[in-house]
Amino acid sequence: MWVSFAAAVALAGAGRAGAQLLINGAGATFPYPIYSKWFDEYSKVDPSVRFNYQSIGSGGGQKQLLEGTIDFGASDGPMSDQNLAKAPGKILHVPTVAGADAVTYNLPGAPRLRLDGPSIADIFLGRLTKWNDPRLTALNPGVALPDADILVAHRADGSGTTYIFVDYLSSVSREWAQKVGRGTAVKWPAGLGAKGNEGVTGLIKQTPGAIGYVELVYAIQNQLPYASVENAAGNFIAPSVASVTAALAAAAIPDDFRFSMVNSPGPAAYPIAGATWLLVYQQQRDAEKGRKIVEFLKWVLQEGEHNAPQLEYAPLPPDLSKRVLAEIGGIRY
Amino acid sequence: MMAAAAKAKIVLPPPSKAGDAAFRLLTCGMALMVFVLAALVGWELFQGSKLSLQRFGWSFLIHDWDPGNGNFGALPFICGTFVSSVLGLMIALPLSVATAIYLTELAPAWVRRPVVALVEMLAAIPSVILGLWGIYVLVPWLRDHPYPLLQKLIGWLPVFRGHIYGQCILSAAVIIAIMIVPIITSMAREVFRAVPDSQREAAFALGATRWEVTRLAVFKGSARGMFGAAMLGLGRALGETMAVTMVIGNSTDLSASLFAPGSTLASAIANQFSEAVDDTYRSALFELGLVLLLVTIVTNILAHLLIGAVSAPKDASRV
Repeated sequence: MWVSFAAAVALAGAGRAGAQLLINGAGATFPYPIYSKWFDEYSKVDPSVRFNYQSIGSGGGQKQLLEGTIDFGASDGPMSDQNLAKAPGKILHVPTVAGADAVTYNLPGAPRLRLDGPSIADIFLGRLTKWNDPRLTALNPGVALPDADILVAHRADGSGTTYIFVDYLSSVSREWAQKVGRGTAVKWPAGLGAKGNEGVTGLIKQTPGAIGYVELVYAIQNQLPYASVENAAGNFIAPSVASVTAALAAAAIPDDFRFSMVNSPGPAAYPIAGATWLLVYQQQRDAEKGRKIVEFLKWVLQEGEHNAPQLEYAPLPPDLSKRVLAEIGGIRY
Repeated sequence: MMAAAAKAKIVLPPPSKAGDAAFRLLTCGMALMVFVLAALVGWELFQGSKLSLQRFGWSFLIHDWDPGNGNFGALPFICGTFVSSVLGLMIALPLSVATAIYLTELAPAWVRRPVVALVEMLAAIPSVILGLWGIYVLVPWLRDHPYPLLQKLIGWLPVFRGHIYGQCILSAAVIIAIMIVPIITSMAREVFRAVPDSQREAAFALGATRWEVTRLAVFKGSARGMFGAAMLGLGRALGETMAVTMVIGNSTDLSASLFAPGSTLASAIANQFSEAVDDTYRSALFELGLVLLLVTIVTNILAHLLIGAVSAPKDASRV
């Protein structure tokens, strides 16, 4: 029912726009700020087309694309084989930007901590429960860690941010992989859940001794400290646009662009990061819309990516960008 | 119009039954729409949850919720919904009834009018606002003052054991109580006002005190109505989503302690639907909706049966 409602809203919008070509998309919430900036900028580049994007979540984006009620979808995770098999045509994954999950906390003096994968996993498994645990003090010489309980904060809603985080934990801890697993929401062994990045940020700010994961930009905007995390090469790396792009550059990326980039092997790579994708059919139904979508995607990769760092999203490294452009060239309309 | 009609010679058309029939048909249609709507909602939920029903069957009701491993069950949500709602009702009911009695029986007009207006305004506060207030004001206060006190006094009870997070089932119950107090109060006030004054006067004439009048003349006749008011409050409590999600802590672990975080059927659906990408997951969320619908229906039916049992036939004619 809500699908037809969205369609009705879209139709109403099309009526008002008049001669403008309206292209409808829906999906992921994580890249919404950068997407809306792109749509805004692109309306100056090509005034004859207008994009209408509804950030209803990756699940909704995939579902609506499969049902053909939108022109493009967006998702924080690649589509599963099972979902792709339901599509009436071949769906292309176009990675656009990547982002980092910052591990942030509320400790007196807001020290810059160093954490490794196993200790983060044990904290979120509810096994490592004190801030002055020898494992944490060994990682952080010179930091006075208090004798206080660790309170775990996590997302209560399903989220791409959660997927990246538990994907990382599954790759560094066998126990996590077996007991909890991956997903946009999981059965958390410990802690409190809050809704949205802003909810987790608020919970951490209010609760002394709390630790949680949020999109990097939320930690920066709220002046919360965040940890440098040990990567696959053994270096402690802080989350930043540069370290996420480094992770993208070193990640193994297959030709269908469905990849996970956690624990990327690059020496300067931040390990808890993930990409986000636009989803389009390789064979477009509407020639005019198809042409405009291809033009837009090319603009995104060549021009739009420059806007990404100011919103704390990592742009694609040049090599990957070239590969993606070649894929976009294969869209038919 | 009236004046013009009065001046002209009024000729009434011959009585026609067509108008009556049309009106009857129209209103009947409208009334039927309610049934159609309810049936459609149920059908849609059933269709959506088919996959999950096939896969998990009845065990859905007694299993854990574990989306990471593809296993779904409603048990933690059913418990969370039930405990937070019933507890909320237990907190709200005495408060509401006392308020309603004061307003109908004791309060002078200059107190009554503003308080009644305030109570009705409380009912109009959007739940997300209450939730925000809950997160930033109520929960920190509960966490720092009443909860430690409770634990100190009666911490030997299993329900008051464990770490005090602040965001927990008890906080959800308190928020729910705040939300349903205005509903129950308004309803109870109407019920008490419906008691004829002659009854009160009769009791006074027999030399009854204020309390005796309230107990004998007012309470006795309004048991059924008060029960209805409580059930209306419970209905709201069961489905309440936003404010509860914001203060309950959203954990799917089952715990005997009221200080532990929990989650409810409605909060789970609201939280997880948008990012549920695979079919079983989405279907399981639909089934949570179906369970919530059934819980609400069963509660209502039980309430009606209970009303029947509680109220003697002589009361039935009055309310």
